[in-house]
Order: sequence, then C-alpha cells, then structure tokens
Amino acid sequence: MSVDLNSKPRLAAGCRMGENNNQRVLLMPERALRLNGPSLEIVSRCDGEHSVSQIIGELQLLYSKAEPHKVEQDILGYLALLQKERALDFEM
Amino acid sequence: MLDSVSNPLALVAELTHRCPLHCVYCSNPREMQSRSNELSTETWSRVFKQAAEAGVLQADLTGGEPLARPDIVELVRNARAAGLYLSLITSGLPLDEVKLELLVDAGLDHFQLSFQGAREEAANDISGTKSHQQKLRVLQWLKRYRIGLTLNFVIHGRNIHELEEMLAIVKDTGAGCVEFASVQYYGWAFANREKLLPTHQQLDYCVERLKRAEEELVGKTRVVFVVPDYYAKYPKPCVGGWGRKLMLITPSGDALPCHAAPIIPGLKFENVKNRSLREIWERSEAFQKFRGEAWMQEPCRSCNRRAQDFGGCRCQAMLLAGDPTATDPVCSLAPQRPRVDAILAKINQPQSAGAEAVPPTTLRTKPEWLYRPNPS
Repeated sequence: MSVDLNSKPRLAAGCRMGENNNQRVLLMPERALRLNGPSLEIVSRCDGEHSVSQIIGELQLLYSKAEPHKVEQDILGYLALLQKERALDFEM
Repeated sequence: MLDSVSNPLALVAELTHRCPLHCVYCSNPREMQSRSNELSTETWSRVFKQAAEAGVLQADLTGGEPLARPDIVELVRNARAAGLYLSLITSGLPLDEVKLELLVDAGLDHFQLSFQGAREEAANDISGTKSHQQKLRVLQWLKRYRIGLTLNFVIHGRNIHELEEMLAIVKDTGAGCVEFASVQYYGWAFANREKLLPTHQQLDYCVERLKRAEEELVGKTRVVFVVPDYYAKYPKPCVGGWGRKLMLITPSGDALPCHAAPIIPGLKFENVKNRSLREIWERSEAFQKFRGEAWMQEPCRSCNRRAQDFGGCRCQAMLLAGDPTATDPVCSLAPQRPRVDAILAKINQPQSAGAEAVPPTTLRTKPEWLYRPNPS
C-alpha cells in the first residue's frame, strides 16, 4: 500500500493528540503512541490541510542537515505505518 | 523487582455488574456485586481525576453493561474532562438514538460494540436474550458520527463457522477495527468451557480466513485476532504484566491488578473509597504481589521470555495448576501443560470411524448452558 503525495492526511475517527507527563502522545482505540521530534512534527501536520508533499517539503526545511531523499522516505514509511494502524484518513 | 514503579497507563472501570445479556462466557466473577454496592457518580468522577493525575491515558468504561448506569453520560463527561481517552465497551443495550447523541456530545472517543455471532438465533442463544437486531440498529446510528468504532466478535467452537457472515457485517460499518476475540476461560466461560472450546481444525480455518481478511481490509479496518490461550505455544503477557500498566476498579470500588484476581486466595484488595489510586498502585499488597520477577518459579525464573510474557496469567495458573506462582499452564514449557493438552485431546478426539466430515458431537446437540444471571 503506497501513500499518495497529493492526498491530505488527517487523524482517523477515534484518534487524537494527548499529553501526559510533558510527553505528547497519539491516542488511538486501545493503544497510544509516543510522539518525539520528527514523529511529532509529522503527526501535528496531519490536519487535513497539508498534503503529503507539503509535509515532506516542510520537514526537509526543518531537518535541512539530513539528506532530503532520506527525509522523504522516512516520512512515507511513517505515514504508511500509521495508515496500516488506521490512525490516518487520506483525503483527496 | 522493578527499581521504580512505572505509571499505570490504562484504567478499566467496571461500572456495574448489571447487564441485560446473560452471556455464557461472561468474564465477570461468579459472585457479582448488586446495585446497592455500586460506587456513586462522585466517587467514580474522583477516580477518573486521580487516574489522569497518576499518568493513566485511557479508560475503558465497561461492566456488566455500562449503559445500565443511569449516570453514564455524566460519567463520560467527567472522565473526559479529567483528561482521559474514553472507550465504552458495550453490548449496545439499552441504547437509543438520543442517548447515543448525548454520549458522543459528552466526549466519548471510542465505541466498542460486542457481537455474539452473525446469526440471530445462535447469537441470542449465547447471550440468553434478544440482542442481535438491536446491535445492527446501533451500527446504523453510529454512521452519523465521526467516532472511533471497534466491533468485537467473541468467537468459540459454536460460531467459528459464521466467520464469513461476521466479516460481511464488518464490511460497510466504517469500523476502524474488528476484533475476533476467542473466549478465554475464566469466570462463566470456565464453567462452560467444554461446550465452547474450538477444535484444532476450526482454529486453523480461522487463522487462514482472518489472514486473508487482513489483506482485504487493509487501510480500512484493522483485523485483530485473539488466539485462545489453550492453543497458544507461549502464554499471553496478561494485563501487560501484573501491576505494570493496568488497573481495574470493580463496581464496588476494589482495585484489582487483573479482572480475575479475586480467585487467588489470600490477596487483599484496597478500595478507592479509602485510598487514592496512586497510593494503591504503588503500595497495595495485591499490586506488589506479582510485580517484577521475584515470585517466579522455574522454568520462568531462568527463561529468556520472562520479560516478554511475565510468566503468563496468574489467575490462569491458579485455575489450572492450583498455584498462582506457577508458570501459566498454557505455556508449552510449563510442567502443568499436560493438563491443558488433556482438555484439548477431549475436544479434538476423533468421532466414530470414518466420520471426519461430521462436526464433533458437542456441536450437534444444543448444550445445557450455565447462563450468567443479572444481579439485583
């Protein structure tokens, strides 16, 4: 399953951000995911407004020391994982 | 032992033992609490606050049937205000469209609807009441809301052949998750065990069909299969390890490390009416009893899986080996495993010669169920 660069990811039904002991978490039915650094930057842009390619562009700027292609691959991998976990809907 | 105790992450709030269903595999204890012993709205609301302060992220409102509490909407609102992620674990009875709207407005995050099967007559037989049609209605109402939805099909030897029809029910619900949860043998299920255990053949079919379902539903609905303990090679990490992640509060306010813990003789439970949740978590005898590894016997003590499965389930060790510190007897390495194998051998014994296609005798006759009653 691949992620469409033009689609706009947003948190799926039953998923929202939360905070505990100064740690941001993604709350999902029956489970939670700790968000740190890049994962927090990605998930907080999954708002149904940013397209996947916009998220990639913004993070390539944010992590300008990293190799841009590597940043893209990491983001696509992470979004695919969240999609498999049913944490995201992808709007066209 | 653990150097420091980590936070609890999940709270299971058993709001009541009352329930309109009488499921023959109910995980409630054989001795249930009556309505007059249930905690008040205020006490539950205080518990939710204390839970969030202690680090709990998520609360499951369950029972019995949590909707049997007249204050359910208020409890949802207060738990959500305390900062918890909120799941309602329900049979969908008693519920109407107005109540559902109120629950969603109060901030419910996730609705988990249980199913006893896919065929009305069989499902009603298992639940001891007419419940199946109402569940299908609730699914229709839920389509109006953007809320987390999990369907939970409880499966066993008498309904695995309905798997295809169960998957058909899932198809256009928009559910983010479907669980096929095999009955586990505690409480009422333990009493009805021989009538519920699936055969090897049924289980193999189930595994194969659900693997395909996972591919068919990928990106739409997550498929979760809970294997029956008795057929597992290694035990489940019960409650994520005793006193490591989860706290359960009974309808009368006792704090348990696991829902079946009262069957372990000599364990004393603290009550939320007298102690704060954090105090109970950190200091109560019951939560410390099997925390860490000091209590373990061989083969657990030197097993390199002990940090993965924590020796399995203490309550199952009690039920099957008569010793809560024994290795969970479902583990293939457990000295008591032959007891489990003997139970399975009876379920899987070949029927009369040359009759392989015939379902086991246990499936041909309608059993004499021991139904779970409704406490007053």
